[in-house]
Amino acid sequence: MNYLSIILLLPVLSFLVLVVFGKKWGEKSAYVSIGAMVVSFALSIYALLFVMGGGHTEITFTWASIGSFKLTFGLLLDALSAMMLVVVTIVSLLVQIFSFGYMHGDKRIGWFYACLSMFTASMLLLVYSPNYVQIYMAWEGVGVFSYLLIGFWFEKRSASDAAKKAFMVTRFGDLGFGVGLVLLYIVAGTLDMDKVFAMHLPEATAALIAILFFCGAVGKSAQFPLHVWLPDAMEGPTPVSALIHSATMVAAGVYLVARSYPLFEMGPVSLEVVAIIGTITAFMAATIALTATDIKKVLAYSTISQLGYMMMGLGVGAYAAGVFHLMTHAFFKPLLFLGAGSVIHAVHSQEIFDMGGLGKKMKITSITFLIGGLALAGIPPFAGFWSKDEILAGAFASGHITIFIFGLLTVLLTAFYTFRLIFIVFFGKPRGHHGDHAHESPAVMSMPLIILGFFALTAGLIGSPFAQNAFQGFIAHGHEAEAPNYMVMGASCIIALIGIGFAYMKYMTNVLPSNVISKDNFFYKLLVNKYYMDEFYYYALIVPTHAVARAALAFDQKVVDGAVNGVAWVSMQFGKGLRHIQTGYVQNYALYMVIGLVVLLIWSIKILGLF
Amino acid sequence: MNVPLEWWLILSAVLFGIGLIGVLLRRNAVMILLSVELMLNASNLNLVAFSRYITPNLASGQMFALFVMAVAAAEVAVGLAIILSIYRNVRSVDLDDFNIFRW
Repeated sequence: MNYLSIILLLPVLSFLVLVVFGKKWGEKSAYVSIGAMVVSFALSIYALLFVMGGGHTEITFTWASIGSFKLTFGLLLDALSAMMLVVVTIVSLLVQIFSFGYMHGDKRIGWFYACLSMFTASMLLLVYSPNYVQIYMAWEGVGVFSYLLIGFWFEKRSASDAAKKAFMVTRFGDLGFGVGLVLLYIVAGTLDMDKVFAMHLPEATAALIAILFFCGAVGKSAQFPLHVWLPDAMEGPTPVSALIHSATMVAAGVYLVARSYPLFEMGPVSLEVVAIIGTITAFMAATIALTATDIKKVLAYSTISQLGYMMMGLGVGAYAAGVFHLMTHAFFKPLLFLGAGSVIHAVHSQEIFDMGGLGKKMKITSITFLIGGLALAGIPPFAGFWSKDEILAGAFASGHITIFIFGLLTVLLTAFYTFRLIFIVFFGKPRGHHGDHAHESPAVMSMPLIILGFFALTAGLIGSPFAQNAFQGFIAHGHEAEAPNYMVMGASCIIALIGIGFAYMKYMTNVLPSNVISKDNFFYKLLVNKYYMDEFYYYALIVPTHAVARAALAFDQKVVDGAVNGVAWVSMQFGKGLRHIQTGYVQNYALYMVIGLVVLLIWSIKILGLF
Repeated sequence: MNVPLEWWLILSAVLFGIGLIGVLLRRNAVMILLSVELMLNASNLNLVAFSRYITPNLASGQMFALFVMAVAAAEVAVGLAIILSIYRNVRSVDLDDFNIFRW
């Protein structure tokens, strides 16, 4: 058996074993799952080295054949999938190790690890896909297991609601993806990627299919206007949030666009759509993050914003930069989430205004969180800077000036809200008594933080000009990396520092008055209420759906049931009338017989003329 | 003197009608049984009359009448036994009181 299939099959095996024995083994389940992931990770590294040495593997086998149509399954290993393999397995591995401390004592921990394993396996299957059918299946697998994990604490009403919302909203996007698949099959006659990419589809058709695919990505990667599920998905356990926000769930959408890039290039209009949606998402989510007060919500909106950047990068033609940002983000975002998990574990609250001054009590957490924050804000030399800068440079170089300006504004906002979070949580004086007994988390939780911190610090360097943009050259054959644009670099760096400066003045000193914006301000209300998107969906979709459902219910109860009951009622009334004939008196029956006889006699004499 | 067939038939019809009305209108079980006998005898009269006028040499109608009498005797025996048995339960021979199977 090929080692590539082992990477995929080990988590699946771990899932199957844990489904059966997870309950019995309890916390020991973690060893199975983590063990499987360690091996998968080691093999992924081997695969990456193989690809870096110029290797390329594609294994396919026929899964089903219907007439002339063959459904194939396969494992595709190229630069993009090798990179994703390593990112997915390492982040999953670290998240699973962290969960061992975070989920300590949970009675369904075996099931938790089973779901984590299969969630990762689904993502690996997606990454491997050489054809769209397989991608679609894995895509749905990711959706199902994210549903199970977000709703892991389903006893909480809000958690089960959030899980349903995530599933429904992403399914809505998948509808587009599904239609796109059908359309592609009609037009191209195949769903194998390499065959599709080798074709010359008409521009308008390609653009339409690409936009439909992008609909799926909009749902999965939480782009405007389907981003609403992601903040709610914070109801899941924090390690799950870390996983969803980095390597698995949301990365799937970006990966789909990156993987289908040749298709998008056939219809350049679709790339414009991607860029515009990405920019709107990046900017909008960053503004919402300004007012969020839940530590995980701030991070959730930052994820949406960063995903917007990735889409922006892919949309403006900076393919490598978009993928690069996907990779760096996959390191610093789980770092921030696991850091937040560590804080929540210590403080037992998610409200940032319950926290404060945690820096002294939780040294490892605060330092690694700071590294993650610097990476997110885009300060050199941390990972986020290099990739974000590449995207901005790409936007600038391709002449998308409006997108470029909004990108820079988002840098300002990102730096501000990130450091607002850091200053409030880790600096200053404690607020309230939540943090009184806060202490550093156990080693099983802080070790993953340190490892991710290391990557958040260094992962960007492989794509920086210091390394001659090695990453871009590796990922994007044919998409040549832009020459470093030092003007853009400097601008984004200075803007990020200005953002941090504002946050410092506002939250660490009294230079900026605390009531810069009054709470009654229109914009403040708009942001606190997340642009009323949830309300918009409520009134635009949920209320009409309910109305239709109620009408259907009324139709069913009044008309359908009415018809059924009406038939029964008529029979019953008929019976009620007829039963008066059956008196039980034999004399009455005899009378009817006589009457009948007389009638027959008269009839036979008068009408038939007998006798 | 020779009585025409029609007279017998009219007498028979009248007897049958009286018996029928008795069966339909009487409430007393014994009276109903009597009325049934009346109707049987009306038919007997018919059988004998037809036999006498149509096939005078064959006594087939009379034979039928004899059978009917035997059956009627058996019927009365069974009928009276039933009435007696019901009477022991409900202390009545009024048909309106025999209503335990009615809805």
